[in-house]
Amino acid sequence: MEIPYTVEARRDTGLNNGKIGIWLFLASEVMLFGALFASYILIRTGSSSWPRGDTILSVPLATFNTLVLISSSVTMVMAWASLMRRKLGTFRMYIGGTVLLGLVFLIVKYFEYSDKFHHGHFPSTDNFYAIYFTLTGLHMLHVAGGMAVNAYFWGPGAKQYYTNPEWFTNRVENSGLFWHFVDLVWIFLFPTLYLL
Amino acid sequence: MTSDHAVDIDRHVRVYISVFVALMVLTVITVAISRLHLSVPLAVTVALVVAIVKGSLVACYFMHLISEKKLIYAVLAVTAAFFVVLLALPVVTHSNGYWIPE
Repeated sequence: MEIPYTVEARRDTGLNNGKIGIWLFLASEVMLFGALFASYILIRTGSSSWPRGDTILSVPLATFNTLVLISSSVTMVMAWASLMRRKLGTFRMYIGGTVLLGLVFLIVKYFEYSDKFHHGHFPSTDNFYAIYFTLTGLHMLHVAGGMAVNAYFWGPGAKQYYTNPEWFTNRVENSGLFWHFVDLVWIFLFPTLYLL
Repeated sequence: MTSDHAVDIDRHVRVYISVFVALMVLTVITVAISRLHLSVPLAVTVALVVAIVKGSLVACYFMHLISEKKLIYAVLAVTAAFFVVLLALPVVTHSNGYWIPE
């Protein structure tokens, strides 16, 4: 039996089910990160002293990573635009670029984490590092998850384009919404942890 | 694909490029402002304003929120309300005196 409203919009909402589903999921993600941001505010305002992020974290690396993630959002949206133009080859180039930029982000984070561990800074060191590792670690998991989905669309998942291009385009759009959300979270994490 | 549809996608792509440039510039501005070593309340306010502008650009244009259906706005309005409550909890905790400084 075919699942209804995967491509066509429902009459009552004007949206297909996938679009509603991904936005409800993102709403839950807002609450997940919101809880951690609230914890950060509580811990920081309750602390007698709090270090400025730029005195113990690498701002150049984080700035570079911000530019990488913003670039990956552009390649993601260009991948979707390529599918709207029915250009699978261009789509593959952009979605591949998005995955690679995600990989660059994770590699930079690996060097950042390695440096911290090398100097004996762990989540258990103090409240700053506890919230730093929790927030950035959770964000990294989201980057890895988004990369896995996008890599699937670049590889085996692209087969669906030949049988149902509209459905495939919708799936890529929903994956893109998640990826942009991950970028959006980093836009707030960067000044919060590294600059203030 | 109709020519109207193609023109529409071309217009979208031009917007994406403009937003990309704006986000890059705003990132540099964020870092530059942090070098000014403003007082903490002012630094937090400025950083938050710039981050909200950047986040709005991503949400409105990359996530197409600027032309989304009403149901999505309704979902996000409820989410935003709960998010504000969540972030207000630390403030309420302080004002009720649950937190006692050392």
